Amino acid sequence: MFTATVTLSLLAILFGLILGYAAVRFKIDSDPVVDQIDAILPQTQCGQCSYPGCHPYAEAISNGEADINRCPPGGEATIQALADLLGVDPKPLDPEAGEVKPEKLVAIIDEQTCIGCTLCIQACPVDAILGAAKQMHTIIESECTGCELCLPPCPVDCILMVPVKQSANHWKWPFPQPSAGLNEGGNL
Amino acid sequence: MNKINRKLWKYHGGLHLEEHKSISTGQQSALLPLPKRLTIPMQQHIGEAAHPIVDVGDKVLKGEMIAEASGKVSAPIHAPTSGTIVEIAALPVPHPSELNVLTIVLESDGQDQWCERYPIENYRHASSEQLRERIHDAGIVGLGGAGFPSYIKLNPGQHFAIETLILNGAECEPYITCDDQLMRERPEAILNGARIMRHALHAKRCIIAIEDNKPDAFSALNNALSQSGQNDIELVMVPTLYPTGGERQLIKVLTGKEPPSQGRTLDIGIICHNVATAAAVADAIIDGTPLISRIVTITGEAISTPQNIIAPVGAPIEELLDFAGRESGVNTQLIMGGPMMGVSLSNTNLPIVKTSNCFLLQPAEPTKPESPCIRCGECARVCPAELLPQQLYWHSRAKEFEKVQEYNLFDCIECGCCSWVCPSNIPLVHYYRFAKTEVWAQEREKEGANIARRRHEFRLERQEKVEREKAERMRKKKAMLKDKEGAKDDTAKKAAIQAAMDRAKAKREANQVDSTISASDSQPKSEL
Amino acid sequence: MSEQDPRLLLQPAPLLQQGMTTPQAMKDVWIALAPATLFGIWHFGISSLLVIITTIIGAMITEWAFTPPEKRGHVMGDWSGALTGLLLALTLPPGLPLWMAFLGGAVSTGLGKVMWGGLGNNIFNPALVGRAFLLATFPIVMTTWHGSVDSFFTIHPSNLAMPLMQSATDAVSQATPLGLLKFQQSATATGSLLLGTTTGSLGETSALLLLLGGIFLILRRDIDWRIPVAIFITAALFSAIINSFDAVKYPSPLFTLFSGGMMLGALFMAPDPVTSPLTPRGAIIFGVGIGLLVVLIRVWGGLPEGVMYAILLMNAATPLIDRATQPRVFGRGRPRE
Repeated sequence: MFTATVTLSLLAILFGLILGYAAVRFKIDSDPVVDQIDAILPQTQCGQCSYPGCHPYAEAISNGEADINRCPPGGEATIQALADLLGVDPKPLDPEAGEVKPEKLVAIIDEQTCIGCTLCIQACPVDAILGAAKQMHTIIESECTGCELCLPPCPVDCILMVPVKQSANHWKWPFPQPSAGLNEGGNL
Repeated sequence: MNKINRKLWKYHGGLHLEEHKSISTGQQSALLPLPKRLTIPMQQHIGEAAHPIVDVGDKVLKGEMIAEASGKVSAPIHAPTSGTIVEIAALPVPHPSELNVLTIVLESDGQDQWCERYPIENYRHASSEQLRERIHDAGIVGLGGAGFPSYIKLNPGQHFAIETLILNGAECEPYITCDDQLMRERPEAILNGARIMRHALHAKRCIIAIEDNKPDAFSALNNALSQSGQNDIELVMVPTLYPTGGERQLIKVLTGKEPPSQGRTLDIGIICHNVATAAAVADAIIDGTPLISRIVTITGEAISTPQNIIAPVGAPIEELLDFAGRESGVNTQLIMGGPMMGVSLSNTNLPIVKTSNCFLLQPAEPTKPESPCIRCGECARVCPAELLPQQLYWHSRAKEFEKVQEYNLFDCIECGCCSWVCPSNIPLVHYYRFAKTEVWAQEREKEGANIARRRHEFRLERQEKVEREKAERMRKKKAMLKDKEGAKDDTAKKAAIQAAMDRAKAKREANQVDSTISASDSQPKSEL
Repeated sequence: MSEQDPRLLLQPAPLLQQGMTTPQAMKDVWIALAPATLFGIWHFGISSLLVIITTIIGAMITEWAFTPPEKRGHVMGDWSGALTGLLLALTLPPGLPLWMAFLGGAVSTGLGKVMWGGLGNNIFNPALVGRAFLLATFPIVMTTWHGSVDSFFTIHPSNLAMPLMQSATDAVSQATPLGLLKFQQSATATGSLLLGTTTGSLGETSALLLLLGGIFLILRRDIDWRIPVAIFITAALFSAIINSFDAVKYPSPLFTLFSGGMMLGALFMAPDPVTSPLTPRGAIIFGVGIGLLVVLIRVWGGLPEGVMYAILLMNAATPLIDRATQPRVFGRGRPRE
């Protein structure tokens, strides 16, 4: 009986040591939490979370002032990532903040209608609109985050949101359908 | 003499596959009758799409440049025959996505009339730069399948001395025989191309590697080599094993060296090109011919006479299939590339491009149902990149993209060995392709987010600066106004403080002696 | 995007495949287990057949009941639940009350497999989870052993015991070879261990037939040979060392290899690909661990047998072993010459 106790205790200690070693060996260092949160947020700077940009929202989350479900552009993936980071339960997107768009949009200016009022330039959080007073404005498509902050100020409603163009270089393989089998003429 | 018994190395894993090659090597390559309409996509290579320099209605001659390279990693595109540009529009391309890409449509005039060509008389007198420029201008890209612009791979830069140039004639994937056929039919062109590339690279030696299931190709090259009277190129037979034709695997077999993971072969002094690329280089330099056609294998169980066809870029796949004879009435699947790494296409009306090496038309068989992974480990045993495919699958399926990178997803060469052995019929490679493109998309998004963050921070800073400057201006203005009125008070106050301090100091030092002096000192200031 | 040709079908690459499939591998295990199972039935009589059938039914019903209806056809089709039931039955005493056998089967697939997400997701060997449950719940019946029967059709009364009733201790438990050695310091002859004419669990006694089955699996490449070989070598070496100190008290290498659940465990349970490491090095570490633990538990533990706990403990260590023995990736570090 005694030997059994000793043997099993020794085994327990041995496994404990192995696990302890593993914990040290595979340890991960980390950044300050605000930066980590900010890194997860999509940086659209759209303000739909009611904070003036992504970084202020990150600060608010880390201070416990804001919930993690107020970022519509990030959608479910961002909420999940925030929940994982902060060790809380993910929750559905707060409808008060907005809805998830099915695809990424960018703004374009209908250059025929634009009167060159510069109001949208002042509204753009990432300086993605070029133009000067009384001159036609244009949007640098690659820099546009799709935040839609330029829409309300436009007096002539000449800004449209359009889906980002798909290119073969940026095409993504779809998720494999489990046990797809024969897939007649459909998309893989 | 050439077949030196050299030491060969082995890489981990690999498969012995049924070859199915002999069905398409029975006859000389045929020339495809000139199609009436050629659809020439601007993206036939890795990198930026080419930029059209012709307009609808323009008449072009065969070999004339119709689109120029845009940016460093890009390649120009030439008219495969003479005719008229009838359309420039976004049309589907032979890519797994079958997305629309900007395409020039050329209607042939049937004359097949060449433009003026400028061969380089003697490449040995040409500089590396000249040769590279020619190869770039001829629109040559890697013809083995990847389509990376070749001139870049002939430009090692100052810091790399190239020890070995390897020409890859392994062609390890079943069914594909276009390189085999090319080596049999045009060995001189391949040797000349090898010499030109070697000259451009200043490589110390040059090896042409051929799998030992292609003895005819080997002897053709060997004869051509002895006829040329030079003995500057080593021909090496390598054992047939899939995927020896993979660049990294071939280098390991020939040299025992492994190109660093995520690194380039250049880092270990080796450059690898496909044999077909070498032939294209010879054509470009010796004849001045740009890359406008290629040899394509049309094979499979649903083709009545499998064969190799020389076809112009832009020819519809359909015409090649019909030329070789499609078995009618059977449900088929069309695969671009080989059976291991190729992709299914849903449409035969797509054009062939510079990188199209093979089209495989097979009777469609229902796939075996997928069962759960039982972690049997067969995949790890055959993986030539020495990965743990099972773990990659697990994390790809769970969309754990960080984990999947920890297991070195990007060292995967998508050879398909793991899927081939998987007893549970899991489409493993499809999962890795999914995970790879997903990771790239996330990286792009992250990069975009970082740019947006920087731009936003910059904007905030700028706004703050503007505010500050405004405030500063206001303050200055106020100060100026104030100065006019109350400058006296201001300076008087300062002087008084100064005076008080001096007084205190003086008191400490000499009690009373200097007090009158400091008082007199301060006097004139206060009058200013 | 583009117009689709109705005659073309899309399939993911590669389009070639080898012949071996997971259902085929399962069939191989059935074939490999058949001789030892038939011997067990012959040796222990019809009681053992009843235990086997009941356990398999328990395992299959549970798997069926807890699998979502749309997946049932697929999941039941591979017969892996039945295999789990059979493996569990082979580790049970022939006189076990049938309701317990049923419960054990239910636990093995329910807690051992379905709960983790079905085949391929479990960490512990399902059959051994079932056995561990039974041993913890019914320690006495699980260690009451019957010898061979006089007549094939003799049913042990204890088989028919009802739940929650005092179990009928109809026969005096006979000691297994392991029990004899541990408590009476008497070793059983290797010959009878090989043939399986001893007492013990109903499918574990015939070392020779199990070994043949195991060799069949190794030749068919259904299991990784490294695991059983590492177990055997480690256990034999370890017991040779301690045996040299006290040949009466400690088991000889041959006794260690051929007694108890060693063969069944090392050839049919430990190499279960789902719950063992993927890498060759990992397989060896795993086998060595089991070999050491078996002898440790048998010699210094409270119970005469330790194969089950040894395997379950190493099952738990498998993810860690896998992680620690990742192969060197092509192009990283120095190439091996």
